[in-house]
Amino acid sequence: MSRTSLIVVAIVLAVLLAVPPLLKNYGVYLFSYWLVFVIATMGLNLTIGYAGQKSLGHAAFFGIGAYTVAILMKAGFSFWFGLPVAMLGCFVIGLALGAPALRVQTIYLAFATLGFNTAVWLVMRNEEWLTGGTFGINNIARPSLFGFQLSAALHYYYFVLAMAVLLGALLWKLLSSPWGKAFTALRDNPIRAESLGVNIQAYTLLSFAIGAVYAGIAGALFASLVEFIEPAPFTVGASIMMYLMVVVGGAGYFFGPLLGSAVGVLLPEWLRFAQGWYLFVFGSAVVMLMLWLPDGLLSIPDRIKARRQSREASAARNVAASKIGAAS
Amino acid sequence: MTGPLLKVTDLKKAYGAIQAVGGVSFEVMPGEIFGVIGPNGSGKTTMFNSVLGQIEPDAGRIELKGQDITGLSPQQLNQRGVGRTFQTLQVFSKMSVRDNLLVAAQEHQGSMWSRMFAPGDSGLGAKADALIDQFRIRHVADKKAGELSYGQQKLVDIAMAFMSEPDLVLLDEPCAGVNPSLVGGISSLLKELNKTQKGSFVVIEHNMDFVMDLCHRILVMVEGKVIAVGTPAEIRANRQVLDAYLGS
Repeated sequence: MSRTSLIVVAIVLAVLLAVPPLLKNYGVYLFSYWLVFVIATMGLNLTIGYAGQKSLGHAAFFGIGAYTVAILMKAGFSFWFGLPVAMLGCFVIGLALGAPALRVQTIYLAFATLGFNTAVWLVMRNEEWLTGGTFGINNIARPSLFGFQLSAALHYYYFVLAMAVLLGALLWKLLSSPWGKAFTALRDNPIRAESLGVNIQAYTLLSFAIGAVYAGIAGALFASLVEFIEPAPFTVGASIMMYLMVVVGGAGYFFGPLLGSAVGVLLPEWLRFAQGWYLFVFGSAVVMLMLWLPDGLLSIPDRIKARRQSREASAARNVAASKIGAAS
Repeated sequence: MTGPLLKVTDLKKAYGAIQAVGGVSFEVMPGEIFGVIGPNGSGKTTMFNSVLGQIEPDAGRIELKGQDITGLSPQQLNQRGVGRTFQTLQVFSKMSVRDNLLVAAQEHQGSMWSRMFAPGDSGLGAKADALIDQFRIRHVADKKAGELSYGQQKLVDIAMAFMSEPDLVLLDEPCAGVNPSLVGGISSLLKELNKTQKGSFVVIEHNMDFVMDLCHRILVMVEGKVIAVGTPAEIRANRQVLDAYLGS
């Protein structure tokens, strides 16, 4: 990580540590909510941004994580038992969801994952004996950590923040390892990657599975945050929203999910002043972002750099042309 | 090793009614630079891709060091020591030149799981740097491959194939689209690598001067069949070859 990036990370972390105690409960809740989506979209960024796959089924894993923890906690198990079960479940189902990616790509893969999301959502809605159906599951307790109860909004916020930092660090380490290069190679040029010995089948499946684990953890944290779950937050629409968050932040940029989730979660809240018009304003903002910054907000420095290089190259050409002109 | 490194026997591949490769057989010896020439549409690339597992041959047998490798995937072939370049540029455009080279050999370093949180260069940094120097691309080593000129990308493309020091490298038109001044440089590099890495190369190329200068033996294909195999001098003097290229 460059020195500038380290300074930015330190400042962001300081803000995330210092600001929430100054906020009311709803503000703290919103920050927690945002961080939950940061975790979920970190996983999706791995799948679509780094490994170049398409997924419109991420909210299904978010839901699987949430329901697994909620159901197990209702059955008397602790959050700390439910969380690894949710992670394992998401990993295995993520591997299975990656299987279509070995046969189809682009929009066809997107539709396959969309179908998966719909199927999972239908289970959540219709299997009332297990999921509570449209009535959902309520009174989901917040966990305790080493005997310390995390039920207060601020305490739970710091717990979610710690999880986000830990998972971010793990993802950073993974992406800095040879695995990170293999994922990028898979995205940039799968045929060449395979000819260089990269097991593209394994990395494709793993990109889905690891992404799913992140969504599952986020879902588990979400269940305890909102303390009530029902199928609505896990629809295909939610998957599309998560996809949008990754793209708006910058797919394939490590910190993209941080900004993208802010746009997806916090921006609608800030736009409440627009009252009935807020969806229109939000939609217009997204359209404009996609038009001007199709590679996301974090592509701005790259665009500035490219523009500067282009100007320098143009100036060098002009100097060379004027020298040739003077000599002739 | 005394026998051939690569042995291709009666390889066939048809696309509908067109017999792209019709019973091609040849052998490549250890340390040999073996050229494959022929007019456009003679089946060179189809033969190449069949050997490399990119397409499935209809018939025939391919052996590497005496072991049957027919039908293995490109990934399995690479793990067994077969490298390749493509007719068109195939670099990872959003990665730096150095990372392009690192990813080209990292899959040979331990198991997949052992690489999960391993250092990014997989212990291959020195090797990548040596190749960067050998290919004279030090000044662009930290640039993204996609930002380089065509010639520079071609050098990166070729260097990647040699990063894992494979026993056999198949190069598909290494001089295609390259500035004539760079052709001699590529030839020298390949000769140098042939000496230092001691691998065998199979080279498809349309540039006759390049092939004649570089290769120890040359195979000539016309309409999916082998019409001649021999040293550059033998090929130059072969009437059938002259007819195929110039018309009888």
